Amino acid sequence: MPSTTTNKLLAILLASVTLLSAAPSADEKHISVYSPVAIYTLPVLDRGGHEYVGLLELLEPLGRVSTATDGRRWKLRYNAVDAEFVAGKTRARIRGHNFDFMAPFLIENSRGLVPLSSLSAFLPRFLGAPVNFRESARRLFVGDVGIQIGFQLDASNPPRLALNFSAPVNPTISTEPGKLRMVFKRDPVVSPGSQSISFDNKVITHASYSENNGDAELEVAANEPLMASFSNNRRTIVVSAVPPVATPSVAGQNPAQATPAANVASGNNNVHRVLAVVDPAHGGEERGAALTDKLAEKDVTLGFARLLRHELETRGFAVALLRDGDTSSTLDQRAAAANVARAGIYISLHAVSQGSGACVYTALLPVEGTSKGAFHAWNAAQSPALPVSRIVSAAIVAEMQKREFPVQASSASLRPLNNVFMPAVAVELAPGADGIADLTSANYQQRAASAIADAVVSVRDRLGVQP
Amino acid sequence: MIPRYLLIGVAALLVLVVAMGIYARHMRRQAGELESLAANALPVAPPASGPTETVTLYVADDAAGMLRARSAQIPLPGGRQQRAEELLRTLLRIYQQPGAAHPLAPAADIRSIYLVDPGAAVIDLNAAFADQHRSGILSEQLTVNSLVETLAANVPGIQRVNILVEGKTRDTLAGHADLTESFDVVTVVQAGNQ
Ligand SMILES: [Zn+2]
Repeated sequence: MPSTTTNKLLAILLASVTLLSAAPSADEKHISVYSPVAIYTLPVLDRGGHEYVGLLELLEPLGRVSTATDGRRWKLRYNAVDAEFVAGKTRARIRGHNFDFMAPFLIENSRGLVPLSSLSAFLPRFLGAPVNFRESARRLFVGDVGIQIGFQLDASNPPRLALNFSAPVNPTISTEPGKLRMVFKRDPVVSPGSQSISFDNKVITHASYSENNGDAELEVAANEPLMASFSNNRRTIVVSAVPPVATPSVAGQNPAQATPAANVASGNNNVHRVLAVVDPAHGGEERGAALTDKLAEKDVTLGFARLLRHELETRGFAVALLRDGDTSSTLDQRAAAANVARAGIYISLHAVSQGSGACVYTALLPVEGTSKGAFHAWNAAQSPALPVSRIVSAAIVAEMQKREFPVQASSASLRPLNNVFMPAVAVELAPGADGIADLTSANYQQRAASAIADAVVSVRDRLGVQP
Repeated sequence: MIPRYLLIGVAALLVLVVAMGIYARHMRRQAGELESLAANALPVAPPASGPTETVTLYVADDAAGMLRARSAQIPLPGGRQQRAEELLRTLLRIYQQPGAAHPLAPAADIRSIYLVDPGAAVIDLNAAFADQHRSGILSEQLTVNSLVETLAANVPGIQRVNILVEGKTRDTLAGHADLTESFDVVTVVQAGNQ
């Protein structure tokens, strides 16, 4: 059936785009080519003090190309245009006319190489479209493909900056305190006209645009932590301040209430407390699993989270719940809130109707040796903390086993575990001996919560301390 | 009729894929593979009987919270692609039997498997597979791990696997297991061995 075939082809192509775009090209020089029919990146080679690119590779995605090598002569036909080049010579013949390169044409392993410095003059002789080559940034625009950026600041409180693009974009987004950086590797985004745009706002102060090594980069600066979300089919990126985490309720104001464990852990009252961020998964419209016809996962996780907050507070932790009502927030917002709060530990809570006891998860990611500076890949932000996360997980399993609470540990590709910098676990609560009723039983939840809290106390020294 | 915009979209994407293939210096080989992929995407009737081969399936067990290796016979296929599809459909049938240790919906199916790049595979599930999947971290992750490990164990050279639903990227399988990133086979296998 034609439509099935089309869908399958689309699936193949989308998949290949996704997979191939992951090709590593971190530090090597490259040129990005943007045209109406193809967007691609090619390696750039340094030869004799000039930068070169393979001519066949450059033209092949744009039209029909054939080449022939004859000793030092290299012949190329692009659509109906014939050209002839000679290795080591700057002069070439294109459509029967002479053309002089700014550096010699080269042949390496039968590949013809042309200097980047001549592309602006050279390519229009082949392509029937205007060519705009930004040589210092190594970005080549063929035809009218540029994506324009518009800035729209909504100065209400908290302020939001809408970045409106003339076509869908797919940048890599990373954050550091006070900055949000978007790197456009495959989008023909063009300069907004000025390298820096100032906003008359106390929070979001300015944006700056730059281009380098085939990529465009937009950085938004602010006096508060920022986050970004896509809308309008990826044509709009809304940058806004991260909403404050519900004020951590710091327990143990009266030292007499603190348990011995907390006293040992804290040493004295002047020591900063570890902040635990507890995330009752799902919420609002997003109900999570339907545990029964009437019972939604989101309601069980909230009740469980409140109990865990109490258990952690009585052990001397500061605790922030990511929601304390039936509200919804995105996975990115949850991760950003935990990261910005610089929590010492992040605990996500889920519930399920099958199985028994609890399962404790850490992120399904390869463990990374050292952090790569201030910027972390958003989807692998957890990697550096993963060894400690596994220690936390093992501690929870040990405490639950002491209480004869059935438990196992595993790994899961579960967001936002991947996106938080601090030690992070998810606990999925399943029914006990009394079946599904256990999931709403305060007694049952209490056993699990106190085991988690005792486990967190036992690994407190491994967790970051709130500044 | 295929709408014109779809054809144009397919054409543009095809050019894009070919372009990136050049970058990987595997252009010609990949273009060949893509053509044969398109050809293989047409339904081909499996042999009714004939030679079979023994494969190892990694079958999820919900109660144990783990995968168990189990051998099975599949028909000797015509190509790498069909063999991969036959493999996962055999796995799926185990999950669709009454009383399965990890039940999946009777309507669940594997639409296609694409071996698009050296080392990469894409499993395209049908809507029922995801829409009728039980929601829960353990259950969803066991399904993912079972598909990934079974494919990687029997189709040599697969290093990462993407899962699509009806040809499109989907956020999660059923509310939990993240499908937006590709699964690294070594990481999945190591997690299973913990
Ligand atoms: Zn959940």
